[in-house]
Amino acid sequence: MSRIIKIDPITRLEGHGNIKIEYDDNGVFKAAYLNIPDFRGFEKFCEGRAVEELPTLTQKICGVCPTAHHIAGVKALDDMFNVSPPPAARSIRELIHNIFIYEDHLLHFYYLGGPDLFLDPDTPAADRNIFKVIEKLGKETGGRILKIRKKVRDMHSDISGSALYPVCGLPGGVSKPVSEKDRLRFCGISKEALDFALETLDLFHERILKNPVFISLLDQECMKSKTYYMGMVDESDRVNFYDGIIKVIDSKGKEFCRFSPNEYLEHISEQNDPGSFMKYTFLKKVGWKGIEYEEFSGIYRVGPLARFNVSSGFSTPLAHKEYLRMKDYFKGYPVHATFAYHWARLIEILYAAENMVRLTSSPCLSDKNIRNIPGRINRERGAGVCEAPRGILIHDYEGDRNGIAGKINLIVATQNNGASIQYSLTKAGRELFKNGLSDENTLNKLEMVFRAYDPCMACSTH
Amino acid sequence: MKKSPKIKIAMYWLAGCGGCEESILDLGEYLLDLIDKADILFWPIAADIKYDALKDMPDNHIDFSFINGTVRTLDHVKMARLLRRKSKTVTAHGSCAHLGGVPGLSGFYSSESLVKKAYEEAPSLADNKTTRDPAPDPQQLTERPYALSQIIDTDYYLPGCPTPPELIKSALLSFIAGELPQKGTVFGEKKALCSTCPLTDTRPDKIDLKKIRRVQTADYSPDRCFLDQGLICMGPVTRGGCFSQCIKANMPCRGCFGPLDNVSDYGAKAVSMLSSLIDENDIKKITSVIDQIPDPAGLFYRYSLTSSIIKKQGYRD
Repeated sequence: MSRIIKIDPITRLEGHGNIKIEYDDNGVFKAAYLNIPDFRGFEKFCEGRAVEELPTLTQKICGVCPTAHHIAGVKALDDMFNVSPPPAARSIRELIHNIFIYEDHLLHFYYLGGPDLFLDPDTPAADRNIFKVIEKLGKETGGRILKIRKKVRDMHSDISGSALYPVCGLPGGVSKPVSEKDRLRFCGISKEALDFALETLDLFHERILKNPVFISLLDQECMKSKTYYMGMVDESDRVNFYDGIIKVIDSKGKEFCRFSPNEYLEHISEQNDPGSFMKYTFLKKVGWKGIEYEEFSGIYRVGPLARFNVSSGFSTPLAHKEYLRMKDYFKGYPVHATFAYHWARLIEILYAAENMVRLTSSPCLSDKNIRNIPGRINRERGAGVCEAPRGILIHDYEGDRNGIAGKINLIVATQNNGASIQYSLTKAGRELFKNGLSDENTLNKLEMVFRAYDPCMACSTH
Repeated sequence: MKKSPKIKIAMYWLAGCGGCEESILDLGEYLLDLIDKADILFWPIAADIKYDALKDMPDNHIDFSFINGTVRTLDHVKMARLLRRKSKTVTAHGSCAHLGGVPGLSGFYSSESLVKKAYEEAPSLADNKTTRDPAPDPQQLTERPYALSQIIDTDYYLPGCPTPPELIKSALLSFIAGELPQKGTVFGEKKALCSTCPLTDTRPDKIDLKKIRRVQTADYSPDRCFLDQGLICMGPVTRGGCFSQCIKANMPCRGCFGPLDNVSDYGAKAVSMLSSLIDENDIKKITSVIDQIPDPAGLFYRYSLTSSIIKKQGYRD
């Protein structure tokens, strides 16, 4: 008899979701299906709002990645008002964006994904949480995780109003300068953050990359998805979180296309799923062939592993060194192992920390000229794109001459990974559930698959 | 000395954004203190306890449930009711649970039009309508968004979008000490934000609002009361307790802490406050100033449309 097992809710991620595992009449695993039962309707209710409110309104899509929405929103307004921020304002925006990616990746590595990585695979459900991770690592290291995350988030708040919901972005600049005294203080905190990033990588190499369970997750064919990859790169093809060109490679590593952010509608399309509120994006020029045929369908992946795959590395020395180390480990290119997201994420912690040190070391940051004040709206449409921790994020706004928002379109990071997450779950499920086992630990192994993507579900449905 | 028993807490989200969860994680090292004094029985963002385990708990098993997010789907209604049954007290955590919050702005539109916009009209949708799958069923949504107290009996309120960690900590400390505030208490200040605003001394006794300016095009001073410079700031009608975070970043208040005690409609109070700042008797002149405010409904009801007089009717199954 066919049967369905439901994991409800899926846990240690942002937002709601459940997974249905279907077996056929012969008790053979058929598919694992992720459903996101949540929807708020931002694209509709942001219409008619004053355009200057959009970067602070649309960021309420997600309290885990608010800074990314704020940055994409304010860049869309830059475009609409046809104005660029002065160098100090651009540095301030980049700084809060890097601080945010740093602490958000830390959040995933220790708090959300951490219990899967640091604790024994047979740890009971009630104990799979950050507190047990802290216990395992010792109160000294554990306390430092909490402390450094708080320190960098407080620094973010000092600059932007609040790390929980920044308010500083204005078209053509930011609302608040950084004082010279604060710049020096921030530089000290950034160096501490860089030390902790290095320590975290040591921990990863010592505790996780030597763990046979994790190594097999990297190696197993069932834990790989051969998709296209998409990420933002600078003029030298290096990763850039704030600005650049969007580059796409195919599953063999060959460049498929590159486009500037406001051409996104020519390259990205969305497919509905009547059973879930998450829309899946796909490459328009390849087309939608369903979730089954990874090599031939337009499914692509975004986020840390995609950025690793599409780029030629990082512009900062320590991150680039770690990039080469990971490249060397996997030999083949591109890296399709879903669990390699964890490693790629840690390289970015290093990159973000190095950027924080770089930006706070330059007197440009504390320059008082932080705004180019625009006149009326110059263009009826503005698009803003940045790399969110979880991948490409696109905000596209219309605005009239009175500064009232018209149509709003949003392509949110996790949506880009949506079809691939579905695919990865079914592919992993075929192996995990081939013996019909559905004990709690096997179910968690399936959850580990989506968790490697660090999805943001409230974001994805908005 | 005998150690007092741990309190049992649960944390859950409805149509939220995860920001209230982040604000709990922002308690930093206090989290380690907290787990010495509290067992967290249910918290999907951080712990692997599933719904079945929650359903299996006896009624009133949880001492304090913190629920954030707007009520926007039929599942949310079920979960809010389930948690109410399992908990001795429920605290509405954050603007969405407290007043309906930003997702409450969806109350301007029908559920069908919200779904249609995202799944049938978005410019990025697949062009070919024959191969495009249909939209999800809008019937999964409630008829309109709701604040938590419109669905279940709610004991306390933590205001803010999101609530600052310091305020959450003060609520937790009083719960742990067994010092329960009066039912209906909204944590935070009893006075308006203006009274603790760092720019309060620059606010003149009488403001004469003649021209409304907008932040993006105004060359304003960060050191002078924003209202006095013609920038709309909700400080005079908003509950204090937020540490003036937006003001300190040189941006005016948008009202996430909601109204003071005994104010039933935040937006109406805001309109009356602004009208009182216009030193005119001629209604036409008053209107000409008010008309300069872009999107007044979205601004005044940004966080509280759901609990406003115009949208206040209760939930029907």
